[in-house]
Amino acid sequence: MKDTLIKVDGVSKKFCRGLKKSLWYGLQDLGNELRGRRHGGNGQLRADEFWAVRDASFELSRGECLGLIGHNGAGKTTLLRMLNGLIKPDQGRIEIRGKVGALIALGAGFNPILTGRENIYINASVLGLSKRHVDAKLDEIIDYSEIGEFIDTPVQNYSSGMSVRLGFSVAVVLIEPDVLFLDEVLAVGDIGFVIKCLNTMRRLTANSAVVFVSHSMQFISWFCTRVMVMKHGATLLDSPNPAEGIDRYFALVKHEQQTSGTGDARVLGLDLLVNGEMDTGEEPSIHQGSSVTVLLRMQVDGPRACAHAWLYIHDEAKLPLVCTPIHDAYSQMLCLPPGEHLLEIPLGIIELNAGKYNFVVAILDANTSIVLARVEGLRSFRVLSDQTQWGNIVRPAKAQLRAPPNKASTVSG
Amino acid sequence: MNEPAISVYTSDSSLSNPFKMVREMFRDLFASRELAWRLTVRDIRAQYRQAFLGILWAFILPLANTVTWIFLSRAGIVSVGETVLPYPIYVFTGTMLWAILMDAMTAPLQQTNAARGMLAKLNFPREALVVSGIYQTLFNAGIKIALLIGALILLGMNPGWNVLLFPLGILSLILVGTAIGLLITPVGMLYTDVGRALPLLMQFLMYLSPVVFPMPKEGWAATLFMINPLTPLILTARDWLTGFSPEFLGYFLLVNAAALALLLAVWVAYRLAMPILIERMSA
Repeated sequence: MKDTLIKVDGVSKKFCRGLKKSLWYGLQDLGNELRGRRHGGNGQLRADEFWAVRDASFELSRGECLGLIGHNGAGKTTLLRMLNGLIKPDQGRIEIRGKVGALIALGAGFNPILTGRENIYINASVLGLSKRHVDAKLDEIIDYSEIGEFIDTPVQNYSSGMSVRLGFSVAVVLIEPDVLFLDEVLAVGDIGFVIKCLNTMRRLTANSAVVFVSHSMQFISWFCTRVMVMKHGATLLDSPNPAEGIDRYFALVKHEQQTSGTGDARVLGLDLLVNGEMDTGEEPSIHQGSSVTVLLRMQVDGPRACAHAWLYIHDEAKLPLVCTPIHDAYSQMLCLPPGEHLLEIPLGIIELNAGKYNFVVAILDANTSIVLARVEGLRSFRVLSDQTQWGNIVRPAKAQLRAPPNKASTVSG
Repeated sequence: MNEPAISVYTSDSSLSNPFKMVREMFRDLFASRELAWRLTVRDIRAQYRQAFLGILWAFILPLANTVTWIFLSRAGIVSVGETVLPYPIYVFTGTMLWAILMDAMTAPLQQTNAARGMLAKLNFPREALVVSGIYQTLFNAGIKIALLIGALILLGMNPGWNVLLFPLGILSLILVGTAIGLLITPVGMLYTDVGRALPLLMQFLMYLSPVVFPMPKEGWAATLFMINPLTPLILTARDWLTGFSPEFLGYFLLVNAAALALLLAVWVAYRLAMPILIERMSA
């Protein structure tokens, strides 16, 4: 039997850009609400308003995890706040069945003057849990948080990591939700703690319907059974295949071309051969493990003897991941005399993690090392994979299963 | 096994289903009791842990007010009419009672404002904030009353059995204060003007109530004093404390009944306003 816990039907929400107007609309809404009128009027936008969430619909059952992805301001958090009942939808209907837990504002209600121990009780009662309940689990919470002896220190003396840890521990040890909302909670820093959180979240998510907001595609890929991509409030894609959703998310980023250098060389074009076939798409989507060859056309101006070229692959955050110096047959830098050239550069197997990347080309004068041209964001491409892994390069290895060495020989008397 | 709770959020106003709304209001009020208590303990502890003078702060302001007015009248700068009670007792009880009313009145807006961060991110019974405000007012009132009664005994006042009714006077001050405070909270959360204007307005109202001045006997001032619904509250509470039989008991009861009705109405308004206010707060 399908145990549907969340039903969202055509939910919309509008927000206002200016503060003054926003407050004034707030006052008007207040008046309307008190007269028993429906929130959000007739579905028209007032001046200066925009749709923060537009016509979102989905259903979620126990055991499912929906990942909400999109860039800042796409409406993910607003949707989550409506689901949590904090703000009212302007249109549509939300139905939630069962106990709701939210790992959103970790440590909300903490008072900096009071000790960690005192704050555990406060935080727990904000989450709707009784003192008796906390008493029984107090040690477990303190233990989980790894705060140790600092538990009786005022929270204002905690590092930011410590207070987040404490907040997370309180929530995670105490709640047993049917419906769980998570908003960027795993940005806690310390890797040891993150791993622990991941394991706990696995336990929590197994028995609940989860809505998960994150910018980390690794988390989305690992947790979610479904992905919804949002942009400017609209639902671009709702897919039961997280890899597809993640790919769509990366496709949202527009790459910009930026050229620097003296201008004595130009890149005329860059094409890709994927598994031997020309990919003419605007932004090719390449399956991980495909073999890729780059066709690079360039012009070098004279007079000079030679120019050298490099091809780089940068990720979305402009972090250089791959550097390919262009060599000749003798593994020396290839000499490019003045004139137009077409280079065929075999890059081999693409082992990059799922994500979005772009090519950068640099052309330098061979003698003076002066940069003639450097083109960033020349051509972007996406790597497609079922799973977003925790590494920039994904290189599976086939292991041999061998018998372990004899125990008697390794354990000495 | 009990049925899992179903929450439905739509754009309809809760007023369209009043029975359900009232049921939810009392359910949330009941659910909020532990949280309200926790928040109270938190705020009181934090407040006094960080203050050198500790609980003195609960009555320093009315005490200073009293001293000022005693000085003003003794020095003849302000001529205060005849009071049945010795003037220092009159002004001391008056300012203490007024301070309790003010506490109750500012509490809802202050509590809600202080909880902005929580409100914007977590769903908890919002009633807890109001109840916690009432608890804190009661706590501070307790300190004031202890001081007040101590001072009266020192000054040789014997209030008699009527003093047993005095807590009713305090409760009605808190009731009226909370009702008015809750009334202004929704707008006060949007516009800070409200929070700033309140002390100013109350300062003015204080001089129209028998707090430091006795009731004028005649003229337009007497009418103003009589119209002011705070007058019977202050007078009745003071009469009970000092052993007089209250003069305006009927008016007192009327004001309380009205305040109770107002409180219920503004409670509804507060609940309805919350999502709208949170929407306008930063996330």
